[in-house]
Amino acid sequence: MSQLLIKNGLLLDPASELNHKADLYIENGHIVAIDKAPENFSAEQTIDAQDLTVIPGIVDLCARLREPGLENKATIYSETIAAAMSGITTLCCPPDTDPVIDEPAVVELINHKAANAAHSNVLMLGALTTGLKGELLSEMQALQIAGCVGLSNARLPIENTLVLKRAYAYAANCGLTVFIEPDDHWLSAGGCAHDGTIASRLGLKGIPVSAETVALARALEIVAETGVKAHFGRLSSAASVAMIRRAKDDGLNITADVSAHQLHLNELDISSFNSTCHVLPPLRNQRDQEALQRGVADGTLDAICSDHQPHNPDAKEAPFASTEPGISALTTLLPLATRLADQGIIDIETIVRAITSAPASILGMNTGSLSIGASADICIVNRNTNWQLDESNIYSAGKNSPFIGWNFQTRAEHTVIGGVLIHSHQD
Amino acid sequence: MVNKATRATDTLIGHDTWNIQLDKNGQLKHFLTIEGLSTELLTSILDTAESFANINEQSVKKVPLLRGKTIANLFFEASTRTRNTFELAAKRLSADVLNVNISTSATSKGETLMDTLQNLQAMQCDMFVVRHNASGAAHYIANRVAPGISVINAGDGSHSHPTQGMLDMFTIRRNKGADFGSLRVAIVGDVLHSRVARSQIHALNILNTGNVRVIAPKTLLPTGIEDMGVEVFNNMEEGIRDADVIIMLRLQKERMQGALLPSEQEFYQMYGLTEKRLSLAKDDAIVMHPGPINRGVEIESSVADGPQSVILDQVTYGISVRMAVMSMALGREAGTSEVEK
Repeated sequence: MSQLLIKNGLLLDPASELNHKADLYIENGHIVAIDKAPENFSAEQTIDAQDLTVIPGIVDLCARLREPGLENKATIYSETIAAAMSGITTLCCPPDTDPVIDEPAVVELINHKAANAAHSNVLMLGALTTGLKGELLSEMQALQIAGCVGLSNARLPIENTLVLKRAYAYAANCGLTVFIEPDDHWLSAGGCAHDGTIASRLGLKGIPVSAETVALARALEIVAETGVKAHFGRLSSAASVAMIRRAKDDGLNITADVSAHQLHLNELDISSFNSTCHVLPPLRNQRDQEALQRGVADGTLDAICSDHQPHNPDAKEAPFASTEPGISALTTLLPLATRLADQGIIDIETIVRAITSAPASILGMNTGSLSIGASADICIVNRNTNWQLDESNIYSAGKNSPFIGWNFQTRAEHTVIGGVLIHSHQD
Repeated sequence: MVNKATRATDTLIGHDTWNIQLDKNGQLKHFLTIEGLSTELLTSILDTAESFANINEQSVKKVPLLRGKTIANLFFEASTRTRNTFELAAKRLSADVLNVNISTSATSKGETLMDTLQNLQAMQCDMFVVRHNASGAAHYIANRVAPGISVINAGDGSHSHPTQGMLDMFTIRRNKGADFGSLRVAIVGDVLHSRVARSQIHALNILNTGNVRVIAPKTLLPTGIEDMGVEVFNNMEEGIRDADVIIMLRLQKERMQGALLPSEQEFYQMYGLTEKRLSLAKDDAIVMHPGPINRGVEIESSVADGPQSVILDQVTYGISVRMAVMSMALGREAGTSEVEK
């Protein structure tokens, strides 16, 4: 009978309408009581959360662990430890591994490695089409039985709209959510930056906003026709936010997310050919950045994810367009998200919901809350510290971050996963 | 590094590049882009080039300014004119020149750009003249070379070709005088892919040119080009009217493949510089082209060879301008004053 007490913390969980100081009692991996100790509770371990904020464990909708396939960049072991140290208790990886997650054996391999690593929980999206080639439907039910929580074609195209429609319809048939990163690959081909003034000045091939909105419009039509539950991820533009808002108003069963870096950076950040800011979709202009922030604030965008993409140093050592896109982002998910609250842009309740209960619900999990009976995945946060990001405190194997040198106020002090204290920050 | 201070919205683009190009005394160390440089610095390049132009007209065309210096021409992309004039410029300054044709050697064996550079650095060169097909390549190199080495950008992707931009300014100044404020300059053709056009636009604006225009079909214009300080025309007849200077850009044949244009013939019909169209410009307008020209695609032969054409002068002036930039970057203590004597 393992019993854990988290005392004196400010419990903050908008999903359970908690926002007050109280003790939290955990037994056998679940939250069993708030405020008053249950009978016969004698804590084996106590965490003093005085001056700290207790939130549900962070759920990250999109993190690439690089295994299988690119173990030279990172491994399931290295990244799940990095996630736990960053307060992320569950992460979801897209199917574009090598081999692709399009058959149960790959799911089993990842599950096995994640279980051995014994840190953050790893969920997976199965491939929507075999090999992510956009031609044949994957064995969706087999992937579901193996444990995939949804389906996706990652950023790879399904050119044939009929295949797209049938894939969505079949996913609906299995009761699975499709996770869509809208990108018209004809419009984005070869591009590495937002098609705007900065890319024009730098002579970089641009990716227009229409690359995202054309694919989004097409997907929304098919979602409406097939009735599939859909999640749109990594949106980058004001126009996309407006389209999602309209579709939700029309009653479509959809959700959406944005990556944390899109809320803090824009095209100006690439103006000295800074390859750590080379991301896909690209950093757009300041109006887009502000519209994404408003989208989170008003709930149009349900969740904030890391879009974690760790790289080896060589991947960013070349002229801008030749570098590999992506940011190593597990460590910065919580501090970047809460920074928006500290700046007064988005209230803290909305931020906490966007990194905990909202993504948990999108993944169909019953975690992401501090309610009694919930799985005890908990992040204990210091919101009043001061630290600077450098390579040594990026816990991921990939050190590629444009936020190196930034000062942050928020840090995950303790991480509890399944009722077990997995990580405590050491100064 | 991105931090709040350097990415505030009022930060001007070019600020970072400005820093890296100049030494602590504000003198030119690298020449990567014209963007962000001062009117005074551009004028000083042109003045220095003027003094070299006189040398180039003498029978002994050599000065000892860079004796003992080694300049490596690193051409990751094919070039004839630019490489030859850089080589001539270096030799007329008495530097030793190493021509490295990299597209056929190291990188095709899998060596990275950085490895190639470190090897050349080990040969103790003083200057790298770099051409590369990736935008930002010259910045990438300048950020990583040993402190004593200067980097001159001889063209990077679609980004910048600053010595070409300056030789074009030199050509304009020789023909039209130093007052750019009264000039109307029209740049015609494939602006989208042109590093030359970008460098010209920056230079013309820094030199306070009265009116800078670009004339091109919508498929060959970069997004937001107006923000670089140009007036945009899609119609050749309207755009060319009363121009003092007409700069034609080269149209690369592969542009038809990407569905950017229907055909060379149609481009010529709409945007080719013919004698008839040239008559819409000022009577004394000059016609420029960075070369190599496509006769019958962007320019009529009789215009290219005609009295208003200064296309071959551009090539000649290219040597003086490159001598100026090289001597300024490598002879920062003694160089320029010696020339002025």
